[in-house]
Amino acid sequence: MKSIQELEQIKQRTLQEVNLRKDRKGTRVVVGMATCGIAAGARPVLLAFVEEVQKRNLQDITVTQTGCVGVCRLEPIVEVYKPGEEKVTYVKVTPEKAKRIVAEHIVNGQVVTEYTIGAAEK
Amino acid sequence: MKLYRSHVLVCGGTGCHSSGSAGIIDAFQAELKKHNLEDEIKLVSTGCFGLCAVGPVVVVYPEGAFYSGIKAEDVPRIVEEHLLKGRIVNDLLYHDHAKAEDVVSTLDEVEFYKKQKRMALRNCGVINPEKIEEYIAFDGYKALARVLTEMTPMDVINEIKASGLRGRGGAGFPTGLKWEFARKAPGDKKYVCCNADEGDPGAFMDRSLLEGDPHSILEAMAIAGYAIGSDQGYIYVRAEYPIAVKRLTIAIEQAKELGLLGKNIFGTDFSFDIELRLGAGAFVCGEETALMRSIEGKRGEPTPRPPFPAVKGVFAKPTLLNNVETYANIPQIILNGAEWFSQVGTEKSKGTKVFALGGKINNTGLVEVPMGTTLREIIYDIGGGIPNGKKFKAAQTGGPSGGCIPAEHLDTPIDYDSLAKIGSMMGSGGLIVMDEDNCMVDIARFFLDFTVDESCGKCPPCRIGTKRMLELLDKITSGNGEEGDIEKLEELGNNIKASALCGLGQTAPNPVLSTIMYFRDEYEAHIKEKRCPAGVCRNLLRYVISSDLCRGCGLCTKVCPVSAISGERKAPHIIDPDKCIKCGACAEKCPFHAITKG
Repeated sequence: MKSIQELEQIKQRTLQEVNLRKDRKGTRVVVGMATCGIAAGARPVLLAFVEEVQKRNLQDITVTQTGCVGVCRLEPIVEVYKPGEEKVTYVKVTPEKAKRIVAEHIVNGQVVTEYTIGAAEK
Repeated sequence: MKLYRSHVLVCGGTGCHSSGSAGIIDAFQAELKKHNLEDEIKLVSTGCFGLCAVGPVVVVYPEGAFYSGIKAEDVPRIVEEHLLKGRIVNDLLYHDHAKAEDVVSTLDEVEFYKKQKRMALRNCGVINPEKIEEYIAFDGYKALARVLTEMTPMDVINEIKASGLRGRGGAGFPTGLKWEFARKAPGDKKYVCCNADEGDPGAFMDRSLLEGDPHSILEAMAIAGYAIGSDQGYIYVRAEYPIAVKRLTIAIEQAKELGLLGKNIFGTDFSFDIELRLGAGAFVCGEETALMRSIEGKRGEPTPRPPFPAVKGVFAKPTLLNNVETYANIPQIILNGAEWFSQVGTEKSKGTKVFALGGKINNTGLVEVPMGTTLREIIYDIGGGIPNGKKFKAAQTGGPSGGCIPAEHLDTPIDYDSLAKIGSMMGSGGLIVMDEDNCMVDIARFFLDFTVDESCGKCPPCRIGTKRMLELLDKITSGNGEEGDIEKLEELGNNIKASALCGLGQTAPNPVLSTIMYFRDEYEAHIKEKRCPAGVCRNLLRYVISSDLCRGCGLCTKVCPVSAISGERKAPHIIDPDKCIKCGACAEKCPFHAITKG
């Protein structure tokens, strides 16, 4: 070890990996993964979220799953909880939609209205 | 480095290891592979979580779901339900003794952790101890970097002095002062040693620290090396701690690979190396002078002090020797400042103390509390109280060197000075809880038996004196005690304390003296009435059948291995005390609870 910068680099590289165990604040992305969700293709959606979060090196974001949300016909369903904001429910999500949700909603704070449950039910 | 959406932490400390955590890790591996989840879920073997009583323990993040008492058969369900479908498996979660509503789902909600303050144990059960990167991610080696680049050795010593940290090995000597002595001692070569020879029966704080966070010890030793002007460290660890030895070995290798140990650390001219020395498990080698002789490869025997190790230690060079837990606090103090540390604790005892809770207590395990926490809080709030609704009788701190604390002192704040005042000592942190079924004379005999075995034999007060004390206790517990025996024990004990060569002998009479101080009536019952109030000492035990309760069913006559019970059917039976071997089988079997110890 020759410098403190080197130590800091190792820290940053690993931090994202262990952050999960440290604090559970920040944005939560919850994917419905009951039988209905999985059958509708929730797994690739979940993976797309994880991949996107990693690619953009986003901190304080957890991607997790939940059971059946209830509206099985609209699966895969993804809920995004941002601290201090109301939860946003996206329906019929695909890996492509997932990428847009990360870019527009999670990073830039703009809800992708056309994918939300409100839009689907109109 | 890959991002995982979920982490499964399996406790890999010795406690959970022996209740089968290795098999659980294998099972998780197989199940994750089966469901193709290997790239999404990270499996981590960690150090001790502290709740050894309900091991093996598994924690799943990000939810922080706390599973306890997991068997390999449960793993497929956790993987399928929780990890695949996101449904926490409620019936496998930890159940709190203290709570009315049954299930506690996350780690933060567990009563056991609420009153604790994990400073020394901050990384135990959080990081993978076999990966240096995870330690670094939690600010590991940052304190060393700061010390080497921003502080002078005297700055470091002053910071430690200001923090008020005292030695966690038991005696409580101010750590900063010790460092200063070692720095000021003249000598071209100096050594930094770590005492990891944890020998007290029932103590496992140091082991858990070494297993759960080995790098914090290495970092602290390097800081100490810089502070006193040393380039070589030794960790003296017992060979009976195979997991600790393995993780330390891995940690030293990794630190060397990254250049955090070795030559010119952080590009400065400071170099430091650490070697392991394995002890063969002699209790006396935990005594500092004996430990240093053992490091040198000689027979582990104490030598008179002075000269103190700071002047003449390993290989006759100035040596700094601290306990594992003392070191574990050092990086934190450097990073957060002396003031941060000294805010925790009492006036003269700063910071926290780790205790290994054992004996008659619900939550056997490892706890860390601020100094000044009362024994009652530790035993009832954190420890979950005494099993089976029994009554608390005493707590033993400090192992074979410490003493007993009776119920009337339950509200004493635990720190070095108040424990010494009531005739016990902080010790390294073993805390054994005893209930009404424990005989205090027998407990004293047990600890003395241990020290007699472990006495190195060099000085007569310890070699002969403790032996004579043990003989007296044997005499009392076997029913042959005479008037005057208690006084003899006291006189002998006080003389040994005053005259023995090292800490082992000087403290060996403590368990006896403190039990006499608080439970003299029990000693007297053994001697005068030939009776053991707790019903432990066999020779003083008598089983009797109550003629009112006995229905003459005859079950007891069938289980008695020596045919000591006789009587007509449907009439009260009697036990022949001459034949009875006091095995207690009859009392257990009796459906009417008619047989009691008297």
